[in-house]
Amino acid sequence: MTVSLFDVIGPIMVGPSSSHTAGAIRLGNMARKVSGEAIQAVKFYLHGSFARTYRGHGTDRALLGGVLGLAPADERIREAFQLARQQNIEYDFFTIDLGNVHPNTAHIMITRKDGSTCEISGSSIGGGKVVITSINKLPVEFSGNYTTTIVIHQDKPGVIAYTTSVFSHHHINIAFLRVFRQLRGQEASMIIETDEMVDHEVIATLQEYPDIKQILLIEPLP
Amino acid sequence: MYFYNNAEQLLTLCQEHQTDIAHIALQSECETTGQSSEQIMEKLKHNLAVMEESIQKGLHPHLRSVGGLIGGNAYRLFQYAKQDPLSHPLILYAASYALAVTEVNASMGKIVAAPTAGASGILPGVLFALREARDLSQDQTAHALLVAAAIGKLIATHATLSGAEGGCQAECGSAAAMAAAAAVYIQGGQNEMCLDAAALALKGLLGLVCDPVAGLVEVPCSKRNATCVAHALICADMALAGIESFIPFDEMVDTMGRVGRQLAPALRETAQGGCAITPTALQYTCQLYPDQ
Repeated sequence: MTVSLFDVIGPIMVGPSSSHTAGAIRLGNMARKVSGEAIQAVKFYLHGSFARTYRGHGTDRALLGGVLGLAPADERIREAFQLARQQNIEYDFFTIDLGNVHPNTAHIMITRKDGSTCEISGSSIGGGKVVITSINKLPVEFSGNYTTTIVIHQDKPGVIAYTTSVFSHHHINIAFLRVFRQLRGQEASMIIETDEMVDHEVIATLQEYPDIKQILLIEPLP
Repeated sequence: MYFYNNAEQLLTLCQEHQTDIAHIALQSECETTGQSSEQIMEKLKHNLAVMEESIQKGLHPHLRSVGGLIGGNAYRLFQYAKQDPLSHPLILYAASYALAVTEVNASMGKIVAAPTAGASGILPGVLFALREARDLSQDQTAHALLVAAAIGKLIATHATLSGAEGGCQAECGSAAAMAAAAAVYIQGGQNEMCLDAAALALKGLLGLVCDPVAGLVEVPCSKRNATCVAHALICADMALAGIESFIPFDEMVDTMGRVGRQLAPALRETAQGGCAITPTALQYTCQLYPDQ
């Protein structure tokens, strides 16, 4: 592992805690990336240390501010409740026991203006870093530091080879690739984190493949 | 090649290139990130600007933290330093700046984690008090920041900077080591003296526990930042006086990491030991979280 000087001096962030504030903002940012901007209401379920200390750490304002699109260094995080009310976004916080997960874990459920819903779970693992662990009930694992493409497909030979060849053809370098499945031959998913941006042409080419059912493209977090 | 993985290699590079730690740290960062030295200097100066802003804001008398436990202490110490204080005013200005940054942090203001949010006051405290006292230019201050960052990078590589993993010695202890090395650099001390000061700082804070009251980054964190500023400056002065650390820096880093792993989980940011379980702390915790 190569440590940059700016891993030591930085990040620039609003306090008080990189794990309970900066990381929480980034979890909120990720929820907004998944849901889009037309947000009607949001519910936060806080687990572990998040549940115990969220008021004193401002984790509630951080998560909400993140959903409103504020960056980890934005001092308006402090006024997140007011900002949400101004934008007519309803919000609610609940504590929950999610079982054997990281102590700083949040589950975020968003209702869009058209009534549709989406949800994500993620953990703040220190230094402002996060891991997203599920999107719309699909188990995933990615950091949000890279452009992330989630491919839901049939568990069959050739799907992964096809997908990686499309990326290769577009000169997109894959930094991390993970494959999950529940049962052999059933639905599976690929999480692909890339160094380069993924454009809609890539997505369209992937969608042509019959065993690929659905694709979700997530831009990197700030 | 400017790659260094420990203090020994860092000092060898300094010798080979007949230069100082700041220069090696800058060149090495250029190599690993592919950025130009101008780009890196720009980022360093931006970090310094945010640090300075947080000191200014934190000296306000009516600042209050989110948890309600701290605020206004930076202002108190800053005013007192102008009277007839016991310690040298330089130490008191540095300590009041450290309080200022940590009070801003606790009020959800903007800070630079250095190396963490909980220990974010020590390095700006020392840097900006010295910048005023020694009339440093922006470039000189940025170079001192590079020296501090090089020390922090070695600790991150071989031990840890996280209170949850290593206790407060990993956060405030590392920040004090970084600040001590930067202070020696500012005073024109030799490269070896920077490393000696950092080793002495780690030694003096070895075993310090992370015990936040109610789990918040307020008590004892803020005032601990202030006392660690004094610690860093004394370690820098000792090194400048020619006192060497009997245990070399690299070995101090390794043993700090080892002590961190030996610390009971109750003493690593879980709020289940130390200051956090005193009767006063528990009473406050019950008031803040009546439903638990």
